Amino acid sequence: MSEKIFVKGNEAVAMAAIEAGVRCYFGYPITPQSDIPEYLSRELPKTGGTFIQVESEIGAINMVLGASAAGVRAMTSSSGPGISLKQEGISYMAGSELPGVIVDIMRQGPGLGGIDASQADYFQATRGGGHGGYRIIVLAPDSVQEMYDLTMLAFDLSDIYRMPAMVLADSVIGQMKESIVANSRPETPLPVKDWAVRGRAEGADQNVVKSLKLGDGEMEAFHWAMHARYQELADKESRWEEYQTADAEMIVTAFGSTARIARTAIEGARAEGMKVGLLRPITLFPFPKQAYTALSARCKRFLDIELSTGQMIDDVRLSVARDTDVAFYGRPPGAGSLPTPEELLEQIRKIY
Amino acid sequence: MRHDVFISGYGGQGVLLAGNLLSYAAIHQGMNVSFFPSYGVEKRGGSAMCTIVFSHDETGSPVVGHPSVSILLNQLSFDKYADKVRQGGLCIVNSSLVITGDRELPGIELVQVPMNQLAIDLGDARMVNMVACGAYTARVSALPRQSLDEALKKALPERNHRLIPANIMAIQAGADAAQR
Amino acid sequence: MKQVFTRTPSLKDVQTHFCPGCHHGGIHRLVAEALDEFGLRERTIGCASVGCSVFLYGYFDVDVVESPHGRAPAVATGVKRARPDRIVFTYQGDGDLAAIGTSEIIHAANRGEDITVIFVNNTTYGMTGGQMAPTTMPGQKTSTSPLGRSIKNDGAPFKMAELLSNLDGVTFSARVALNNPRNVLQAKKLIKTAFQYQVEGKGFSFIEALAACPTNWGMQPLSANERIGSEMIPYFPLGICKNTHNL
Repeated sequence: MSEKIFVKGNEAVAMAAIEAGVRCYFGYPITPQSDIPEYLSRELPKTGGTFIQVESEIGAINMVLGASAAGVRAMTSSSGPGISLKQEGISYMAGSELPGVIVDIMRQGPGLGGIDASQADYFQATRGGGHGGYRIIVLAPDSVQEMYDLTMLAFDLSDIYRMPAMVLADSVIGQMKESIVANSRPETPLPVKDWAVRGRAEGADQNVVKSLKLGDGEMEAFHWAMHARYQELADKESRWEEYQTADAEMIVTAFGSTARIARTAIEGARAEGMKVGLLRPITLFPFPKQAYTALSARCKRFLDIELSTGQMIDDVRLSVARDTDVAFYGRPPGAGSLPTPEELLEQIRKIY
Repeated sequence: MRHDVFISGYGGQGVLLAGNLLSYAAIHQGMNVSFFPSYGVEKRGGSAMCTIVFSHDETGSPVVGHPSVSILLNQLSFDKYADKVRQGGLCIVNSSLVITGDRELPGIELVQVPMNQLAIDLGDARMVNMVACGAYTARVSALPRQSLDEALKKALPERNHRLIPANIMAIQAGADAAQR
Repeated sequence: MKQVFTRTPSLKDVQTHFCPGCHHGGIHRLVAEALDEFGLRERTIGCASVGCSVFLYGYFDVDVVESPHGRAPAVATGVKRARPDRIVFTYQGDGDLAAIGTSEIIHAANRGEDITVIFVNNTTYGMTGGQMAPTTMPGQKTSTSPLGRSIKNDGAPFKMAELLSNLDGVTFSARVALNNPRNVLQAKKLIKTAFQYQVEGKGFSFIEALAACPTNWGMQPLSANERIGSEMIPYFPLGICKNTHNL
């Protein structure tokens, strides 16, 4: 194990990408994620990789599509306004069953919004974001260490399941600095990319990477196949963290930065004798339904907390037992609207 | 035990460097640290603030509503954040730029340090942030003043290491001024 | 019997979906011949676009990646940067390259990406049904310019071969046509030159091919051919716009 290093969440993403063997990064500057392209512009070429600051977010995601189609690990990163522009390419990647990692350091919206933390792009991320009824893998780190670890996981899952994967964080996690261990790339068995375009010399058959499906029943079959793949993801790859849930009479649920703040609020609640636990989804797609189902079998009070007017709560309500009360506390994004642990503790007291 | 400190001032006063310095000092003491910055969209002259949480245990929330210590470097920060300090906590203000007037802060100890003046006396007004960090170490025993010496090597880019002796003097000046 | 004509190996033995008199088939053949004459088929990756050219993979016997509308130069950039030893080309129509994809083509050209772009200019959106394209001629009637293209309302047609030749990153830019045998032979020569630039790693090469679209022009194939000579070539002059290394 290597020595601990003190880095920003965004830098941890970039470091993990290099450790994961990314060969190509294509991006466009936007606050609050620009540390990622800045780091990679400096470090990626040293590993023989390609860094291009592209003319647009659209160009960037399409370069990811091309590099990924050619069989290498490729990524891009952005924030709300840029992620919206990338949706075209993400949809084509999903339709072409291409891997690729997209990092979204959420900021406020709609429109230009602002640069402070937000979780209001939960729907955009977990519902696919573009046209055509697809999903992508969405991972939600709550610490700088997880920014590192989940970025590497995103590359692996993306390759294994042949679909784009997103690391979804916000400016709290992206800008925050913490000490981390820069773990080595895990030795996950990965499928051979025998579908990649690489010139006929390496394969007897012509390889075509495309999303156009005009044959009778071809598109329907594709959708059912993807549906089955999403189910497999849900069964095998759902990840979550539970904290103090064993004896909990109330469960707080939140992801990313909000979960991190809620955890301290729960410490406060415990100090006051309230039996409160935390359920933090780490994969937002697949959403860890099984954890909600299991906990709500015996604990009937849930409090969902988000930096929005409520998006993940839909998934929470679909996942808990029917007789569960799910309360909501939201702080729509905006300067000065980041909740403190003290404020969340107040909400816990109200509901408990 | 979990410690937290909030630092706020103008962009350009070195708020983020001060936060980094205290973070590295805490790391040097073997603690876990979270350093959470936030700043305006402007590169210069806007507001800059950061929250540092350090602990031998988990750091928990990087966001703190009522910090145990706040270091407020300008009037705007004082007016906005002074009364957010936790009861029994410490509010260290830059009295060169902040007029505390007749503001009452019940349950909060006010420590006034003329940071700009001390920095200018040492030859460089830009060392306000170092004076501030020194003042902090004088009042919070978890971070001894000497821990900043090592931290400076990490917090400053290599090209600025020649400034370390001057910075140590500024830290000392801040510590002396904040002594009880 | 002596065989005087054979299929070039980079083209598959299939019928195309192209309309009678369409020039896409001919341009496909010239590109495929260029690949085969340099022996490139085994290491070529094509980037298909959106429109009539989307079926590239159905006709070319090379690996192909499909690109979103207008984005082929970005996709090709990704492919080429991932596999610099491969020959990468895009094949795009005028709506694709000169309207929705202007940003991608201009920046790929300006970076001097080591790719070859085949741009088919038939002054209309073919597959979508004959709408006005950025290259539609002044006064030309289309399904979205029923009174004829108005310069005042729509601006003048883009001259992409000239426009791109102004960028330092472009090493070769030329315009060709397939309306008569002489022009076909010249087109073949210049398409080969474009690929030769890439084989030698000399940067971005661009071919604009004037093409007939009899169906959407509402013309017989022969009169469509004649229109290229009488209307298009005077506005879109043939020849080399830029050639930095005299290959």
